[in-house]
Order: sequence, then C-alpha cells, then structure tokens
Amino acid sequence: MSRNKNVLVTAPIIGAIVVIFALSMFLNRNAPEDEAFVGSDSLATEHIEENHSDYKPWFSPVFTPGSGEIESGLFALQAALGAGVFGFALGAMWQRRRSEREAIAPAGDVDAMAARAGEGDRT
Amino acid sequence: MHIAEGFLPPVQAACWAAVAAPFVVHGAVAVVREVREHPESRLLLGAAGAFTFVLSAIKLPSLTGSSSHPTGTGLGAVLFRPPVMAFLGTVVLLFQALLLAHGGITTLGANAFSMAIVGPWVGYGVWQLSRKMNVPFSVGIFFAMAIANLSTYCVTSVQLGIAFPDATGGVIGSVVKFLGVFAVTQIPLAIIEGLVGVLIFNVLRKVARPEGPVWEY
Repeated sequence: MSRNKNVLVTAPIIGAIVVIFALSMFLNRNAPEDEAFVGSDSLATEHIEENHSDYKPWFSPVFTPGSGEIESGLFALQAALGAGVFGFALGAMWQRRRSEREAIAPAGDVDAMAARAGEGDRT
Repeated sequence: MHIAEGFLPPVQAACWAAVAAPFVVHGAVAVVREVREHPESRLLLGAAGAFTFVLSAIKLPSLTGSSSHPTGTGLGAVLFRPPVMAFLGTVVLLFQALLLAHGGITTLGANAFSMAIVGPWVGYGVWQLSRKMNVPFSVGIFFAMAIANLSTYCVTSVQLGIAFPDATGGVIGSVVKFLGVFAVTQIPLAIIEGLVGVLIFNVLRKVARPEGPVWEY
C-alpha cells in the first residue's frame, strides 16, 4: 500500500521538475547561441565590470581550467564524485537496514518466528 | 553562490572571512563530535555533504534565460543542524575555488557566509517553523530547501551591493540591481531544489531510520 502512495507522490514531483526544466528551455529557445543560459555568476561579474569599470579584481584564480570543455569536465567530475559518495552512502544504509530487519525476523524461518510468537503468550 | 575571485575589495573580503571563520570552526568541531558520538551517522553525514557537492556543481537553466547553481545546503541543515553545513559547505566552496576557478579564495569568507552559514540557518529555521505548524514533512522540506537557496542569493546580492554601491541608488540601489540579476533567476531553481529535496528526504527517511537526528523531532 505504502509503495503505491509513494509512487503517487514521487511521480508528480519528478513531473514538475521536468516541466520547469522544459519550460526554461522552451521559453529561451530563440536566444543567440553565445548568450543562451549564461551563468548568473558571470552576469554579476559583467554587471560589475560595466557599471564600476574602475574596479580591477586584485586576485586571480589559483588555477583556471584550460577551456570551456575542461571546465565542464571538472564540474562533471565534482558532480560524479558527489553522486558516487551519495550513492554509496544510500546503498550502505539500505543494506544496513535490511540486515537489521533480517536479524529481527530472518526471512523464511517460520519455526523461529512461530517460536517467538509463542514466547509472547507465556506471560 | 559564488562571488568570483578578486571581486570583493580586500578589506571587505577580509571582514567577511573574519565573520565566517568562527562558524566554520564551530562546524568542524560539530562534525568531529557528531562522528565520535554517533558513528552510525557517518553515512548520512557523507550523504548530506555529497548532496551539496553534487547540487552546487550542476548548472540548471532558468526561465529568465540564464543559468545558475542550486545550493543543496538545506538538506544537510535539516538533518544535522546548520553548524555542520558551515564546515561541509566551506569544503565544497574551497574545492570549487581551487579546481574550478569558481568563486575564489579571497571571496571564500563571503561565499561561505552566504551559502554555508546563512542559507543553512534560514533553511533550518523554516524547517523548525514547519514542525511547529505541524505541516507534513514533505512541505516543510520543500520550503526549507527553496528558501535556503533564495536566502543564499539574497545575501550575495547584499554583499555585492555593499562592495559596489550604485552611482545613483547607493548601496540599496545596487543591492536591488544584484537581486534583479540573481534572485529572479533563482526562483525556478529554488523550486526545483525544493522538489529534489523532498524526493531525497523521502528516500532517506525510509533508508536511514532509526539513526539521524531529524527523526527525534
């Protein structure tokens, strides 16, 4: 029962995320190639450079990725590392939960379960 | 939110770093204590940190035609309380500043203040409010994460507004301009972050009980 209820909640949520995503892409489909979906971080930098042109950044990044592709690759690496750790943690927790549940009631051991159920009646 | 390297005047950058430092140190102590007292929560802690790691790496398109990062700090703040996120968030920011030329070392204090300190505290506050109002878990998580996200970018707008006051509008005018750049773009992203948070929270709730402080509520 709870599995069905879960799907009822999860599916619309995923649907909503997809809709927002698709809407963003659709509404801006006509944007010129190099201006499309520019990061808001760089928009801020541009805004500063345009309106406060006498300000010069006084420090530059320790390491700059060689090109846009490498930068994308490094971002993907960050996401992959995080996702890997996250997936591992999730899997380990799930397995731990399953082991705990099996320790309480080993699947299929009907005699043990019956014996335990009988123990409750003795008081 | 990442203010780019060198884009805060030295004195202000130092001030933000000084303000952020005690929170980050306290956060590091909190992480160590949490791991020592509840070793079984290490997995959940790792998951919370990794979640922030992933979300802050992804650039999502927004309705306004620009793109930005979600923050992912709300979840960790709800699960482990904000001090832990001060430390974990700063680690993420440091990684991005050193390897991705995103954010910066000089702006680490300011970025930590907005993303690792204010964001998580606001998210935690919203969560606590939702518990007191007895709102369903999912609704509480949604608003905690979305508002944590938005508050992070609001703080960034204030930081940049203070550093670059508008010629006509002064600090306030500049803050409003930066809010216009960030905040509107962030709204659909904050909604997505809230929705993703609900999904992850539901999964964690099934998988991670009974350990994890949030179940004590």
